[in-house]
Amino acid sequence: MITLSMRPCGDFRTSYKADNQIFETKTIRWLTMASIGLLCFAPMVLDAYFLTLFIQISYLGIAALGLNILVGFTGQISLGHGAFFGFGAFASAWLNNSFGIPVWLAIPLAGWLTMVVGMLFGSPAARIKGLYLAIATLAAQFIIEDFFARAEWFSGGAYGAAAEPFTLFGFAFDSDESFFYVALFALVFMTLWATNLMRSRDGRAFVAVRDHYLSAEIMGISLNWYRLLSFGVSSFFAGIGGALYGHYLGFVSAEGFTLMMSVQFLAMIIIGGLGSVKGAILGTIFIVLLPEVLESTVALMAETGLVSHGSLTEGMAYLKEMAIGLVIILFLIFEPQGLAHRWKQIKAYWKFYPFAY
Amino acid sequence: MSSNILLDVSKVTLTFGGVKALTDVSFSVNKGEVFSIIGPNGAGKTSMLNCISGRYQPNSGSVRFKDQEITRLKPDKRSVLGLGRTFQNLALFGHMSVLDNIMVGRHHLLKNNFATGPLYWFSGTQNEEIKHRAAVEEIIDFLEISHIRKKQAGTLSYGLRKRVELARAIALKPDLILLDEPMAGMNQEEKEDMARFILDLNEEWGMTVVMIEHDMGVVMGISNRVMVLDFGCKIAEGLPEEIMANDHVRKAYLGEEDEMLEQLEASL
Ligand SMILES: Nc1ncnc2c1ncn2[C@@H]1O[C@H](COP(=O)(O)OP(=O)(O)OP(=O)(O)O)[C@@H](O)[C@H]1O
Ligand SMILES: [Mg+2]
Repeated sequence: MITLSMRPCGDFRTSYKADNQIFETKTIRWLTMASIGLLCFAPMVLDAYFLTLFIQISYLGIAALGLNILVGFTGQISLGHGAFFGFGAFASAWLNNSFGIPVWLAIPLAGWLTMVVGMLFGSPAARIKGLYLAIATLAAQFIIEDFFARAEWFSGGAYGAAAEPFTLFGFAFDSDESFFYVALFALVFMTLWATNLMRSRDGRAFVAVRDHYLSAEIMGISLNWYRLLSFGVSSFFAGIGGALYGHYLGFVSAEGFTLMMSVQFLAMIIIGGLGSVKGAILGTIFIVLLPEVLESTVALMAETGLVSHGSLTEGMAYLKEMAIGLVIILFLIFEPQGLAHRWKQIKAYWKFYPFAY
Repeated sequence: MSSNILLDVSKVTLTFGGVKALTDVSFSVNKGEVFSIIGPNGAGKTSMLNCISGRYQPNSGSVRFKDQEITRLKPDKRSVLGLGRTFQNLALFGHMSVLDNIMVGRHHLLKNNFATGPLYWFSGTQNEEIKHRAAVEEIIDFLEISHIRKKQAGTLSYGLRKRVELARAIALKPDLILLDEPMAGMNQEEKEDMARFILDLNEEWGMTVVMIEHDMGVVMGISNRVMVLDFGCKIAEGLPEEIMANDHVRKAYLGEEDEMLEQLEASL
């Protein structure tokens, strides 16, 4: 039942072009467009708190998309995604500060630069797999972190680097309200980028390498190249996400891009659904909102006097980390296919409710 | 004459540790032929195909395809030269749709890549994909699998999966197609369909076929020539009727005592 096509009855495809559409039905396409249209009005009605959350979801979601291409679609592993995210942030600031390249151009350039670095550190992937690859990428994480601390010309060393705001035609997107539009555009653009990649030649090659590498090779797919390229593409997304983050905050410092961040990216795609573009975004939303929901729940409990104020709020930081860990474990046990799969099932339910005809 | 030879295997020996999977095997396949390899279990048939497709590299000997030395060439480079194959144990991309599985076969014919593919509408990728989709649909029609084109490959029945695998190999547009037991595990009706497809492939699509098959009826019915392997050695080669009449072959298959085979066994 779930594997059935989501098309309503009577909606037959008459050309291959129509059959290759991103959206399964006109309704879904219309709904998606409408929600993006509605989001455009968000800065006028929502306060800065919600805008900040959306911006966070955008730049982290873009990076998570990239990691899902590597882990979910190609079947490799990386514990260094946080470092690549950081590299993108520094690279974009550096390109802008040192060479005067405008920010709108520095962001994609930082993406390509991070891609090159990603392929450099991903090169062991051509030879090793699984646990060994995990350790190799862990090494990459630490080496790049160390590079941030030492390479003052690039990252400003211990002081960090200033990142100019995103500017277009003399208008600076330096407030939450204005940067919201940059984030929204970037998220839509990169989601389309990933979706199109996955329905063209190299995207299929990634999945082929994951599903059956021996026959992928017989089909003319070079295993070494695609394992490497997958690292490149995933780092490209991380770099774009990181660059957006830098220009949003206005300042980049090395402390944030730790192993913990890499693990968080992994958590996003596991919870959202490995090998699903939608899943990466859903997982990011989940991980970004989880601590917020926790915090407001605790605040509410403290207010109503259910728990004593001091103890819980002090332990908040631990509580957040434990909650993320707990959620990952629960998802692995009860929902191993992630939120994207659950979403599909809900859709299937509504399709047949009450009758499809 | 020599220009008519598409595949030339000469003195190929392949060992795994102490096990000799192939010993000095030579044969050649002409353009347009259906060439079958038969032999008991463990005779080295799959190993032979693996040497041709590049999965294994022989310890000695050479493989030439279209007058080009390919013995040490990587498998993905061989498919570009026009070599396609199916596997004995199903080897589809289980999580992909049937359609995508077959589209993967077009890989080396497609030009869009990681940079142009994402710019789908602006880089000509859409048009290219649609063009190749049409070619894939032709194969889907030919193999009569249009009703399952959107199904996930891993969920199909055995017989259908074999058929999709054949479709994927055809999508490569190979000049030589290697089929490893294309009818294993099929019922009589499915076997007849498959035999018909292989013949059409050969006659109408102009592909040269090298096939491993256990069903003697099928082998004798559709092959131009047959080679027999036993314990890694070639024990006979010839027209189907010659093979049927060959004593060694009958004994190898019926498990009767055979001096030559005993000697071979002793020497291994
Ligand atoms: N990867 C390998 N490692 C070790 N031994 C192998 C390997 N592949 C094949 N062999 C051995 O080589 C010999 C030939 O195997 P092969 O698979 O080529 O036989 P086959 O003729 O295809 O048999 P079947 O009809 O059962 O498919 C067997 O003894 C097998 O055990
Ligand atoms: Mg075999």
